[in-house]
Amino acid sequence: MAQDTGTRTLISQAQLRRGRGRAVYWTLLAVVIIGFTLVFLGPLYWMVTGALKSGQEIAQTPPSLIPQDPQWQNYADAWHNLDLAKLLFNTFYYATGAVLFQLVFDTAAAYSLSKLRPVLGNVILGMMLATLMIPAMVLIVPQYVTVIDLPILHINLLDSPFAIWLPLVANAFNIFLLKRFFDSIPEDLMAAALMDGATPLRTLWSVVLPMSRPILGVVSIFAVTAVWKDFLWPKLVMPSPETRTVSVGIYAFAGGTPMNVVIAASVIAAIPTVVIFLVFQRNIMSGLTTGGLKG
Amino acid sequence: MTITTAPGAVRAADRPTPSPPAGARRTSLGRKVRDNLTGHTFLIGAVLCFAVFSWYPMVRGVVMSFQRTRRGETTWVGWDNYLRILDDPSFWTAWQNTFYFTGLALVLGYAVPFFVAILLNEFRHARGYLRILVYLPVMLPPASALFLFKFYAYDPSDAGLFNAILKALGLPTAQWMQSPEMTMPAMVLASTWMNMGSAVLIYLAALQNIPGELYEAAELDGAGIWRRIRHVTIPQTRLILALLAMLQIVATMQLFIEPLILANGAGAEDSATSVAYLIYQHGFFQNDLNGAAALGVIMLVVLAGFSAAYLRLTAKQD
Repeated sequence: MAQDTGTRTLISQAQLRRGRGRAVYWTLLAVVIIGFTLVFLGPLYWMVTGALKSGQEIAQTPPSLIPQDPQWQNYADAWHNLDLAKLLFNTFYYATGAVLFQLVFDTAAAYSLSKLRPVLGNVILGMMLATLMIPAMVLIVPQYVTVIDLPILHINLLDSPFAIWLPLVANAFNIFLLKRFFDSIPEDLMAAALMDGATPLRTLWSVVLPMSRPILGVVSIFAVTAVWKDFLWPKLVMPSPETRTVSVGIYAFAGGTPMNVVIAASVIAAIPTVVIFLVFQRNIMSGLTTGGLKG
Repeated sequence: MTITTAPGAVRAADRPTPSPPAGARRTSLGRKVRDNLTGHTFLIGAVLCFAVFSWYPMVRGVVMSFQRTRRGETTWVGWDNYLRILDDPSFWTAWQNTFYFTGLALVLGYAVPFFVAILLNEFRHARGYLRILVYLPVMLPPASALFLFKFYAYDPSDAGLFNAILKALGLPTAQWMQSPEMTMPAMVLASTWMNMGSAVLIYLAALQNIPGELYEAAELDGAGIWRRIRHVTIPQTRLILALLAMLQIVATMQLFIEPLILANGAGAEDSATSVAYLIYQHGFFQNDLNGAAALGVIMLVVLAGFSAAYLRLTAKQD
């Protein structure tokens, strides 16, 4: 995302440089930086340090800013009692699979819809996009019923990772993003590849995909965070303790576990997405803004 | 999502596809599939997933809402499920709560991100840092963030984070989730904190697309900051504002995880029960999947009503 510091916005550069405008600007900037740090980072600090306090310290008034006697044991307890290693591995496994399934099926479908002109392509695209208007909560019951008894095959997918992977392939937003990107690849390039005798598969692999790395990255990151953040669907389709995701696992233990240990587990569960965000923040932010809503 | 979908759909429709003569449709369809085998093979995986996990459940949801399955036997029961759902004493409370949440979230979660975006767009320094801060909570698993609010922020004793702050400021402390009056505002606050980042970033992108000359011209005409916001910023971002309002209404009407974690479901005096939570209750605790499906259909109808109103409003403005 460009830092368009040069372009004119609501208030002109000149006004911000002059005496009074300048003073107001710097005061406001300082207030916002401090305020935002407190509002958005403060709770996270409270979470990480709160989990280090003892049960007594957490109940004391006024609360202490820095843990007096850090209880690292809380984090260790969270790790062992909730079997976080297992929960994190499950979530990671579902997230990786989701990325692979989405990349393979959604990319292929978007490529076909964009360049290969299948029969009824527009109708299929329209029906896919129509699903964007159906709220997830409305479909949760019939989807659950479908997953416990797949039509025709009569397979029960409960506790199988496919119950998470396959429904995620039906992601119209991905298809839309990818198709729009493929649409922007010039036809001449495709025609040239075709002329050289390349099959559509070969063209996809050697011409289209290498050009599409940024958008594939965005789709992958969104797939990982979607799996990591999702709660109700994995709670329903992964009911047994061995297959739970990390959020569902923490929720299941929350009732009978000391508060600080639950928070310690919540901190650990949040680390992967926060790290992904800090590493890929540029891709995430550009994907969020250019991908969806600029039209 | 109507606005985002339009460009792709239009572009696809514009492309000339050779249409077969009307009589030979059947034979040529088979041939077309064979001629373009790769094209159709590429499509099949995604289409199957959509068919099984999206299109079929849509139909199935409506069908289920008119059936009842007991001990493996399914019978048609007409409107019985709907009547049973309407009879549930929580039904109207749940709608009331959900609308209350949606309304409060619109005030807080809709106006605030817009003004935050306007503010951030004016800064020439620390832009990256401020953006990261605002978006950071969006990346937390909601369950993690909500446990933080539940145990630390909304602790009703004076040891809780919010009460400690209120007390330090000399203000009266609150009972938060223990009090029916504070339950909804507390849930809206947590939900806004978790979700506002995406709205801020989308607004920021829209603000950067406003041509600077417009502000220039308005300023030459003597328009102050507020009038520039009213007559330049808001009209220029109108489409995005309308679209996000719609998306937010649809999202907040599905309020679920906040009541589940913060209020253990129903909350003090049923003050947290939402429609989505009621669907979950009926479907997965009261062994009433058919009733839950009926409630889902009701929810869909209500949201479709909102969408229709939205489309009419935006169509009129154009």
